[in-house]
This record gives sequence, C-alpha cells and structure tokens, in this order.
Amino acid sequence: MDNLIWIFVSALLVNNFTLSYFLGLCPFLGVSGKLQTAFRLGLANIFVMLITAACAYVLNTWILIYAPYLRLISFIIVIASSVQFVEMAMKKLSPDLFQALGIFLPLITTNCAILGLALFSTNKGYGFVEGMVYALGAGGGVTLALALLAGVREETKILNIPSVIQGTAINLLIAGIISMAFMGFAGLFSS
Amino acid sequence: MNELDNKSQAAQEFLKGLWKENPIFISVLGMCPALAVTNTAINSLAMGLATTFVLLSSSILVSLLKSVIPKQVRITAYIIIIATFVTVVDFSLAAFLPAIHKELGAFIALIVVNCLILGRQESFASKNTVGLSILDALGMSLGFTFAMLCIGIPREILGSGSLFNISLFGDAFEPWVVMILPPGGFFMLGFLLLGFNWYAKKKSQNATDNKLAK
Amino acid sequence: MTEQKENTTSKIIEEKETSSLKLILALGIAGLISGIILVGTYIYTDPLIKANKAAATQRAIFKVLQGCDSFTTLVLENNKLLEKVNDSDNQDTNDKDELVVYAGYNTSKELIGFAIPGSEPGFQDIIGTIFGYDGSKKVIIGFEVLESKETPGLGDKIFKDVDFQTNFTSLAIEPEIVPVKKGEKSRANEVETIAGATISSKAVVRLLNKTMAIWQQTIDDYIKENNLKVASNDE
Repeated sequence: MDNLIWIFVSALLVNNFTLSYFLGLCPFLGVSGKLQTAFRLGLANIFVMLITAACAYVLNTWILIYAPYLRLISFIIVIASSVQFVEMAMKKLSPDLFQALGIFLPLITTNCAILGLALFSTNKGYGFVEGMVYALGAGGGVTLALALLAGVREETKILNIPSVIQGTAINLLIAGIISMAFMGFAGLFSS
Repeated sequence: MNELDNKSQAAQEFLKGLWKENPIFISVLGMCPALAVTNTAINSLAMGLATTFVLLSSSILVSLLKSVIPKQVRITAYIIIIATFVTVVDFSLAAFLPAIHKELGAFIALIVVNCLILGRQESFASKNTVGLSILDALGMSLGFTFAMLCIGIPREILGSGSLFNISLFGDAFEPWVVMILPPGGFFMLGFLLLGFNWYAKKKSQNATDNKLAK
Repeated sequence: MTEQKENTTSKIIEEKETSSLKLILALGIAGLISGIILVGTYIYTDPLIKANKAAATQRAIFKVLQGCDSFTTLVLENNKLLEKVNDSDNQDTNDKDELVVYAGYNTSKELIGFAIPGSEPGFQDIIGTIFGYDGSKKVIIGFEVLESKETPGLGDKIFKDVDFQTNFTSLAIEPEIVPVKKGEKSRANEVETIAGATISSKAVVRLLNKTMAIWQQTIDDYIKENNLKVASNDE
C-alpha cells in the first residue's frame, strides 16, 4: 500500500493532525502556553498513540469483523486503558517524567487526536507497521503544532494585545497563520 | 405561582444554551468538529443536528438512570451511553444519507469526544429531572448548531461563492479559497470570538455607564 | 423537615454501601442497554448501508465503462483472477479496494472492459479513482475520480476540467503512460497535464501506470482463459 515515508511525512507535515484536521486542540486551548508543557503533552500523546494504533489494528482485524457496531466503544475503552497503562508504566519506570507529565495523562483520554488516529488509520485500512508509522507521524505532528503554538504564545505574552482579542481569539488566529504556513508542505514527496 | 416559576425556569434552561452559555462562543467546547466540518453550510448543519441527537438522547438516558448509576463509575457509564448514540447516528447517516456521511466522514464518530456532551451529562443531566434535561440539551445543541452555522455559512460564501450548494455569484466570483481550507476555519472562529468579545465588552460598558449615570 | 434529614442519612448509608458488585451491576446494565440499542440499529441499517455501497460501486463502474449493463467482481488470488461469488459477506469497510476489479458486460453479455480501482498520493492527500480498461485494445476508456482532497481551484481540476477528461477516452497503456505539457500530445499513450496542477496530473499518470502494472498480466490471462466474447466498438 502507501509508501511508509509518505505516510509519516503526510501525518507530520502535509496533513498535520492539529493544523489540518483540528484534532488535539481541546487540551491546547485550555492548557497554558508554555513550551515545556507543550512538548511534554506531545510526548505523552505519542506514547498513547502508538499503543492505541497497535490495539486498534488488532481489534479491527480480528475482533470487530464480527461486531462492527462495537467499534467506537471498543476504541474508547482501548484508549482509556492505554492511558492508564502508560501512567502506571511511567510511574514505575520514570517517576520524574511522570511528575512532569502529571495532569496531562488523564486529559489525553478525551483528546480527539487519539480517537481520530484510531479511526483514520482503520478507515484507511493500514496494516500494523503502517499504523505505527502513522501514529508516530500523527503524534509528532501534534507535538510540533502544540510546540509552535505555545512558542508563539510565549512571545505574545509580552506584547500589547487589545483585550477584545486576548485569550482564545488570538490563539486561533495564530493557529490559522501557522496552519497556512503548513499548507506549503503540500506536494512534499510527490514528484 | 409554582407553575409560573416552573415555566420560567424551564425557559431559562432552554435559552441559556443559545446565547449566555453558548457552548462554542462562551465555553469554547467542542472545537474539533466545529472547525473541521464547517467548510460548507450543509455540513455544519448536519454536524449540528447529529450532535443534537446525541446530546438529547444521552441526556434523557442519563437523567433516567441517574439514581441507578453509582458515582464512582459515572464517567464510564456516560461515555458508554454517548458512544452508543454516536454509533447509532453514524450508522443511520450511512444508511439514509450516504452523501452526508461521506462528507462528514470520521468526524461523526468524533462527536463522542466532544467535551460539550460529556460536560452536560456531568453538570446537568445527572442532577436534574428528565424534563429539564431535555430542555437543557435542546438549548445547548441549538446553540451549538447556531454557532456552527455562524462559522460555516460565511466560510462557504467566501470560499466557494455558494450557500447550501446553490451558487450565489456565478462564474465571475473569484472564491477566497483559503476560507474552505483549514486555516479558514481557524480565522473564522477567531474573528467570530473577537466579535463576540467586543459585543460583550460593549454591553458591559453600557451597563457600567448606565450605573454611573444613575 | 425531619423527613429530609432522614432521607439524607439514608442516602449517606446507601453511598457507603456501594460495593464493587453494585458498580459492576450498574455498568452491566448500561452495557446491556447500549448493546440492545446498538445491535438493533445494526440489524436495521446494515442492509441499507451495504445496498448504498453496492449502488455507488455500480454507478462508478457504469460511468467508466460506457454501455455497461452488468458486471462481475473479480478477486486476485494466487496471481489469478477469480470471480467473487458472494460479495455480501465480509465486505471491507476500508479502502482496500485495490485487490478487486470488475468485468463489465453489455446487454448482449459481451465483455466491454474492466473497471479498475486505484489510488495514489497526490498533491495534498490520496487520490482515489476508478478507470475503465479495454483488455483487447489495451487502452483506457474511462476515468473517474472518487476521492480527492486536492487544492480547490487547482488540483481539483483533475475531476472538474473537461479538457483533462478527454485524455482518457482512448489512452494507450503501452509501453507506459507519459505526462506531457498541454498542447503537446502527439501519441496515444500521452496525457496532457493541467496547467497549474501538474503535480496532481502527474499523480494520476503515476496511478494509472502503477495500477496497470499490477493488473495487466492477470487481466490478459483472464480474458484468454475464459474465452470471453469481446464487444466490438463502433469508433
């Protein structure tokens, strides 16, 4: 099927999950605009996405053919469990990272990006390897977008922004400009 | 006296969703579907109505079961209920309106992670009667749909020169294509929020001016 | 007033007694209700969904094979094309339609050609298409874009531009399809690209070449093996 490099680059840049599909905005707009925070949130996203992609593939290929109407519910259960699992694993293996990521992990459960990943990759019929590559690209893309947005927001904190536009409004406009910039990636890898 | 109180309370619960606590403009909930499918007016309307169905049915069921569901597992139970109705909408659209299903794609399923719906279950439907929950759900969903149309209609007019697929300006119109692309979604919502904030600010200005004048 | 106090006390006692059994029971009830609703919806809507899909496939096949009246579904198995007898079982919900082609017949049961689905990354995202192929003359006779996210006003001309469509009325596939600039078409295997949408146009050409590479031999074999009567076209 699709070339693996194309899948990765497409999810990371050309069809960025946050800037083209608007997934993963939920935590962003609610969480503060610190660069550190954005990176950590993105990292947690990638962990959960990889696990979810693997489980979604297994589910979709072997179990859901018998009960396609359970797709959504089972994906959500998988995501919630993955988040729990990642939390527990992190507590044991890297308590520092766990401290740093702390509040963000449970937030990921209702993050549109994870469910979006599961749905998109099963809709496209990706195999196991393709699904993992897609998850890596998508997670990376979300991290990239969050980091860029957080970075710009950090800068705007010292600017004189009129009060009517402060808050979510200015964040959306900034996101729109970055999204336009990312449109320039279209055509990458297709000679 | 009691009946009048009930009626006005009911009206309040319904109306608050439309403006005062409009899910998108005030609480900034449910971002993801709002921007992704608002590139045409029909899609915005369809998404709004699908969300209405899910919110309404979930609120009714949650309100009916509120005394049965223990506190510890309530979120899980809400999510199961919401996911059920989202699946129902998904399959129903695929069966009866395949064209719309194709347009909205995976975003129908993403209604399940729309913070708005879970939020209403947690803060209202689980604590109020079925009747009031219905009104709350209807108000919120109509507010949501209204907001979606506020984003979708300008985007379609500017980006495709049409409204509900009816061409408005003919061939001479040079469409502002970026409006139907993702950045357009960000810009449109950003500008609408800007307008909203400005209006709210003006209103409070007038109120304080009036107070001072007195 | 005392009634209220009694109610609150009993409520507190009730909450303390919420055992794990109750939790499981509650979730079980929610699961049961949801299960009933889901299964009911599925049973009711599934035949409709399958019918819609079949109708859409048929529409696409008839569009790329002119004069087509009926078709059979052929699956690739062990490098041979086999007729798929019962395609209502296990219909895939994902885009893996490249493993299937359709043989189209006219009203006199003569073979018109094969409708072949194919997809390829374009400028923005994957372009999904289906095209008609005449196995005896080795030309492409129809082309239809099913899915495209190409740039509106530029890339989307691959399905909106009438001139581009004329490339596919009789496009020779041998030795391979070649993209050329507009106005420079001199051979039967050349496709004129769209000005301002060269990448999308070239993606279409790439798609056709790649897909034909997969199917050409097996289609030839199938025609020979089954001794199919080919419809004679009045040019």
